Amino acid sequence: MAYLELKNIYKSYGKGDSETQVLSNINLKIEEGEFVAIVGFTGSGKTTLVNLINGLLEPTSGSVLFKGEPVKGTSHERGVIFQNYSLLPWLTVEQNVIMAVKAAFPKRDKSVWKRKAAYYIEMVSLTPAINKLPKELSGGMRQRVAVARALAMKPDMIIMDEPLGALDALTRGNLQDQILNIWEKDKRTALLITNDVDEGIYMADRIIPLHPGPNATLGPEFKVDLERPRDKTEMNDSESFKTTRNAIIEYLMDIGDARKAEAKQQIILPELEPKSFVSYS
Amino acid sequence: MKASSLTLGRVSNFLGFGFFTTLRNVFTGNLEKEDLKKFLRKVIVPLASIFLFILIWHIGAKTLFGIEAKFKIEKALEDQGQAAADALTACIASGESSCQPNTLPSPAQVWESFQSLLRDHHIISADKEAFIEKTAALNKTRIAAGKDAIVYTGRPSFVDQIFRSLQTVFAGFFLALLIAVPLGILIGLSSTLKSAFNWFIQIFKPVSPVVWYLLVFMIVKTVLIGSTEDSSFTISFISVGLCSMWATLVNTAMGVSTVDKDYINVAKVLKLGTFQKIFKVVLPSSLPLIFTGLKITLSVAWMVLIAIELLAQSPGLGLFVWEEFQNGANDSNAKIIVAMFAIGIIGFLLDRLMLTIQNWVSFDKQDAI
Repeated sequence: MAYLELKNIYKSYGKGDSETQVLSNINLKIEEGEFVAIVGFTGSGKTTLVNLINGLLEPTSGSVLFKGEPVKGTSHERGVIFQNYSLLPWLTVEQNVIMAVKAAFPKRDKSVWKRKAAYYIEMVSLTPAINKLPKELSGGMRQRVAVARALAMKPDMIIMDEPLGALDALTRGNLQDQILNIWEKDKRTALLITNDVDEGIYMADRIIPLHPGPNATLGPEFKVDLERPRDKTEMNDSESFKTTRNAIIEYLMDIGDARKAEAKQQIILPELEPKSFVSYS
Repeated sequence: MKASSLTLGRVSNFLGFGFFTTLRNVFTGNLEKEDLKKFLRKVIVPLASIFLFILIWHIGAKTLFGIEAKFKIEKALEDQGQAAADALTACIASGESSCQPNTLPSPAQVWESFQSLLRDHHIISADKEAFIEKTAALNKTRIAAGKDAIVYTGRPSFVDQIFRSLQTVFAGFFLALLIAVPLGILIGLSSTLKSAFNWFIQIFKPVSPVVWYLLVFMIVKTVLIGSTEDSSFTISFISVGLCSMWATLVNTAMGVSTVDKDYINVAKVLKLGTFQKIFKVVLPSSLPLIFTGLKITLSVAWMVLIAIELLAQSPGLGLFVWEEFQNGANDSNAKIIVAMFAIGIIGFLLDRLMLTIQNWVSFDKQDAI
């Protein structure tokens, strides 16, 4: 039995004529301990897919099964790292993390909460900034707080929605390593949504492209059989990396071309004749 | 030293007195070209405009005085003949208070009245202290005997009136806060309550302070029937509160109903309970808007207070203005202008106070307007 299973998911917003279809015919199985990446264009319905899995949204039809049980609402078992950090700006780093610890372990007392929060903040190496407000932190630090907050609930599965999308390349690389380190420590199941193919290959065991909407669906999966721990520079020379990368990019490019072609076909030019306004005398 | 002056600068900037920092630079000599420009703009220009204002006021008052005096003399000439007119001209020129034309007072007269009001305050407070001292022993025995203590019932001074007005306005403000904030939160949280209250808000929001006063008067009069207590304070602070609470009500409801969706998602993902969600996420994120509402409420409260005190005959600046107007003494007009400035300056200070609190609670520290 798969750890997380999506069965024939169909999702649309609105009703009747104003119905917009976002996702259709989504089927996905993730095994325990696996790291899966979903790669797709912006606006292809990635966030909707994430929200279906974490329970913020419900599918119009089809079902989401987590450990064999249908997902009903959010759960502490699935930690979420949002694209835009979503830290509460009036709370310090520590308070933001404690909020999650408290929510996940309501029966413990304050000292336990504090200790746990400190542990996860240390894990993302933010201990010096523990009493700072989010606005005093850089983008990368904020996202690390979000990572600590998600981990602090001790989820069985981590869902990351373009967590590094808004960061510069260097910070991005650092955070990828940190997330991988944490993941490798206790091999939790992880789902990463990204628009960066290289990031997907570097981090995941399996990459699935999302065929963009209006009726987005999942494309064929690509296995990444690179040894862990992976090294970025070595990886660039590896044949396996190159073939996987090229295959995925080719697939995505084909989709892009198809989309463009579609767009071209749809333009119907009116039959007009050029007419001169210069009168000949 | 440096740290402390830095904080001072920050505090004064916070309060909107940024020119103090510039002024300090002028005196300590750390003046650069940029600072000089800033100094011109922030210090010299306001001072010049104040001076210009007083000048125009002075000339205007002088002109009005001339018109009024001329009219008076001509009237005397017509009614009583040349001798009376000459006597009146001489009387006006001598500055004798009994025959001065009654018109817009000049800045000098207002300043004079201000000082006389201060002197009056000193006399009254000395009087009051003496009275308390005198009755202290007697009051002790009266209280021991179970009787009410004798209290000072003399005329309140101008400063007392100001404090009385502040009391009324703050009582009204807290009433508004106690009603509008909880109600606003409820309305913001539930769309059912929102549609239930919407007509109510829309209809009562534009009602004028005078009508609020009458409404409160009708109700309080009946509620306190048979009581010998003076209800004017109660009536005026309730009217002030009801009149000014709408901004807070609307802002709170809006703040609560438009919490950033990301924060709501966080609350959902963390599976916070309803109470936790309201107190940990919804309320903190709507605090800046709530305080914007409270700021408007306080300034509206101060504005309507004068009218309501006047109607309710409740002691305070409003009553002071009304009594001076009815009084018609030769310095009454000047006293009214003093009260006007007192009202304006206190209103400004209250606004600054609220702005400071608002900046303090707002988490994004964008300058609140």
